[in-house]
Amino acid sequence: MKEYDVVVIGAGHAGCEAALASARMGCSTLLLTLNVDHVALMPCNPSIGGPAKGHIVREIDALGGQMGRNIDKSYVNIMMLNTSKGPAVHALRAQADKPTYQSEMIRTLEAEENLDLKQDVVTELLVENQEVTGVKTITGMSYQAPKVVLTTGTSLNGKVIIGDVKYTGGRQGEFAATHLADSLKDAGIELDKFQTATPPRIDQQTVDFSGMRIHPGSEEKLQFSFFQDRAEREQKPCWVTHTNERTKEVIESNIEDSPLSTGIVEGEGPRYCPSIDRKIMRFPEKTSHQVFVEPEGMDTNELYLNGLTTSMPEELQVKIIQSVPGLEEAEIMRPGYAVQYDAIPTYQLNSTMENKRVKGLYTAGQINATSGYEEAAAQGLMAGINAVLSLRDQDPLILKRSDAYIGVLIDDLVNENPKEPYRMLTSRAEYRLLLRQDNADLRLSEIGYDLGLLSDEEYQQVRKKDTAITDTMQYLDNNRITPTKEVRATLKDLNSGGLKKPVSLATILARPELDYQDLNLLVDDLPEVKPEIAEQIEIETKYRGYIEKQMRQVEKFKKMEKKKLPEDIDYSELETLRTEAREKLDKIRPVSLGQASRIPGVSPADISALMIYLETYKQDADDEEEE
Amino acid sequence: MYSNDTIAAIATAVGESGIGIIRISGPEAIAITNQVFEPKQDKDLNEVESYTAHYGHIVEEEQVVDEVITLVMKEPKTYTKEDVVEINCHGGTVVLRKILDLILNQGARLAEPGEFTKRAFLNGRIDLAQAEAVADLIQSKTEASMEVALDQLEGGLSDQVNDIRQDLIALLAHLEATIDFPEDEIEDFQSEELGARIDTVQQKIDDLLATSERGKILKEGVEAAIVGRPNVGKSSLLNALVREKRAIVTDIPGTTRDVIEEVINIDGIPVKIIDTAGIRNAENQIEKIGVEKSEEYLTKAELILLVVDISDGITDEDKRLMRDAQNKEVVVIANKLDLEHQLELEKIKEILPEAAIVKTAAIANQGINELEDAIANLVYSGKINAQEETMVSSLRHKKALERAKENVSDVKSTWEQGLPNDFLTIDLRAALEAVNEITGDAVGEDIIDQIFADFCLGK
Repeated sequence: MKEYDVVVIGAGHAGCEAALASARMGCSTLLLTLNVDHVALMPCNPSIGGPAKGHIVREIDALGGQMGRNIDKSYVNIMMLNTSKGPAVHALRAQADKPTYQSEMIRTLEAEENLDLKQDVVTELLVENQEVTGVKTITGMSYQAPKVVLTTGTSLNGKVIIGDVKYTGGRQGEFAATHLADSLKDAGIELDKFQTATPPRIDQQTVDFSGMRIHPGSEEKLQFSFFQDRAEREQKPCWVTHTNERTKEVIESNIEDSPLSTGIVEGEGPRYCPSIDRKIMRFPEKTSHQVFVEPEGMDTNELYLNGLTTSMPEELQVKIIQSVPGLEEAEIMRPGYAVQYDAIPTYQLNSTMENKRVKGLYTAGQINATSGYEEAAAQGLMAGINAVLSLRDQDPLILKRSDAYIGVLIDDLVNENPKEPYRMLTSRAEYRLLLRQDNADLRLSEIGYDLGLLSDEEYQQVRKKDTAITDTMQYLDNNRITPTKEVRATLKDLNSGGLKKPVSLATILARPELDYQDLNLLVDDLPEVKPEIAEQIEIETKYRGYIEKQMRQVEKFKKMEKKKLPEDIDYSELETLRTEAREKLDKIRPVSLGQASRIPGVSPADISALMIYLETYKQDADDEEEE
Repeated sequence: MYSNDTIAAIATAVGESGIGIIRISGPEAIAITNQVFEPKQDKDLNEVESYTAHYGHIVEEEQVVDEVITLVMKEPKTYTKEDVVEINCHGGTVVLRKILDLILNQGARLAEPGEFTKRAFLNGRIDLAQAEAVADLIQSKTEASMEVALDQLEGGLSDQVNDIRQDLIALLAHLEATIDFPEDEIEDFQSEELGARIDTVQQKIDDLLATSERGKILKEGVEAAIVGRPNVGKSSLLNALVREKRAIVTDIPGTTRDVIEEVINIDGIPVKIIDTAGIRNAENQIEKIGVEKSEEYLTKAELILLVVDISDGITDEDKRLMRDAQNKEVVVIANKLDLEHQLELEKIKEILPEAAIVKTAAIANQGINELEDAIANLVYSGKINAQEETMVSSLRHKKALERAKENVSDVKSTWEQGLPNDFLTIDLRAALEAVNEITGDAVGEDIIDQIFADFCLGK
């Protein structure tokens, strides 16, 4: 029986990151997939990034993950969203050339020294004394490993649904992992049902774009990765059209065929990707909904109808699509469908992504009740890293809510047990002004480097950037300009206000209408810096007050995180807690008072009761020490 | 961790009414009562249903102590979420004490002040705001402040604060929706609308904070100084108000040499009345100190009860006092109504046009009710009504609201500077957190739930 340090089941976005992290950290790693042709597949929308998701991609990159580098090699359209809404929420988003995204990822996996990629169906998780020992496959092969990362996506007990047709499959045209679900249950793992859905794809030769609004990509060169400067790619536009009264009529008169009425799909679907049936029934006053028509790749005719998600019978899908301006003649290439699948209630999860019931088992991606390629990749990366750290008896990597969106994501999962597939939103990150997509490298690359996931060269690049920022900030604080006639004239030319007394350059730069390069007109010896450094300096000077405010909030948050809860608390004995709180705390077993306060169902009164308990616990411990 | 024992205490104010209640809470509450209670019909309290009343006697060594009705309430649907028994008895202080002793002898512990509420709080029965209101209730001395406390307990404050909370959440949800779903067709706030919405929240917080002053008046009472030149009848007036002879009343001017304080209850408002020495140019040393004190109170007190002698007419000294009191809430008391009239009320109105004027004959208890009404009217200003208005009477709530106020004004200034919307959310969130400290809510999913409830989002 072949032995590995880490076995990763599933080669989607979570599995690829987990396997690469493990292999790059020096562990012999096996990556098992149902279908090697489907590695890093994007089975739903063709885009990567967007608000919060783009932040996550950059954080993955700063930690030494692959997603950002891979999309930089494969996008067909890239743009920065939210540019008018403040630097913290600028959001980079790319449309991928799906086949290239996959082939680039496969190439990377194949090139990785410690990594074996195999096609097989895992049927059994091998467990001894509630600890993982390996996996067994449908062909009878067994692989031994002390750590297993499970990233089943929608495959675990997956069922594909179109209209009243329901068949076993992880995605359209693919196997489901059915035996594995039973094996997990045998190991004591609870499973819940979730669902999601995807819109129909149509043939671009049957579309009339003339009445649609065009969304070209950015003219400015953009990329996700901080590290590998990539050549600009040829871009393809996206298009926007709208549904109308007719669309509404078609859906309303056939609503009995919608899964909303038939109840054929089990489990909760996501609120942020509602089907068109759901949108029309829930907001009947809205007669027009946007439809984004997006390319699935550079060399394919397939178009993705973003906004028309439905799993109605295919003949109705045709009617719905053809009611939309520009799509009157559209031919479906692949119908939309819903998929239901098993996921684990996340109270079974530790912040390390390890399962609380089966030691050595890590889960990441949709199996953890999340949705999104980016969310999956982030979890995969963290699961892979922590599997290796645990194998080496090293401290786990747990990112705090004040460190990264990834920290927010995992903390939410562990505490909240989502009832619908969880999606990252910027509004979930309470310290988002500090967690910007432009400073992910400054925040996280030291960790990536220490883990061995970033090279010396890559890390030095960030160190240099950091030093340049500090030095330039110092220069701006220490150098002043005086209100000479010349200076005042220059400021006037720059549409900036007057100047009465000498001020530091930092104070001048704080003016909203001025940027770093403008300072060149005021002083002769302004340090020359790269645009990304100028950007950091501008943000730091212009929004200093707000940044400091957030830093104070972080201090407060950290105080509560430091109040540790002893591991051996028997919550069922704590009668001062309400029953609901007792149950939740016992299930989740938070490590700190701060974490406990974020568990829904634990009230402030419960937190007070826990504080009182902690005080007496400390006293008891002190007393014992004295004895 | 407090021990989960059984506690007992007299739950009604001592000596105020004919019926007294002893409350017992904890796991042994029913068993303990069973030891001292002899029901009229043969039954065992351990076996009766929750929320039932039982008639019988409290007995000590087969001697009846009192005739009582015992209420049995079983956990968890009780005030403390523990088993609770209430013994309703007739007795005055002596009998109540006696019964309490019997209960304590059976193993209950005497409850600390507020301990029932503490248990209710710790057991998650009431939130922090409610618990604090109960603490006020325990300490409040008169019915009007009790009503404020009760109002707060029933969620009056929570309602008002929740209203502010909902405004903040709705604002945040809209801003966040446009940030998290930039390509969805959500209308961005028009700048003026946004500014107006911020102002509305600001106003609501201000209004609620304004009640905190009145909250203070009701809880701590109003300080009223009786002033007037010597021998106009200040002490008789105080006596009439207090209805017992505490201040010495003589015909010799300057008898009241020190300051006398009495707290009286006027229509539920605790009023601390300070009787001062007569104000005039005193030569006597002791009296001089008293006079200085009087002048001090004239500036310090919230309410001035200015006494003039109706039989003397207005003297220069009276006029000086009136002018000193011009910026105060004043009731002019035209005393000695029983003697021959000299006083022209118009002369008072010239100096104190707003002041209420009440004619009294303190020595004969005449006009005292009218005086009490005038005081109550002033304090309530004809507007304050504890039953309708929510008052912020806890310092912690006030502090939290003040923080929210500051945060919202920071939001306003960010808006005025025209910074991007994201910067508005920082202080809006901080304001929401401050408000949550009062209601005990966590920020969490609320905003996200609101986003999806309000907008058709997602592609």
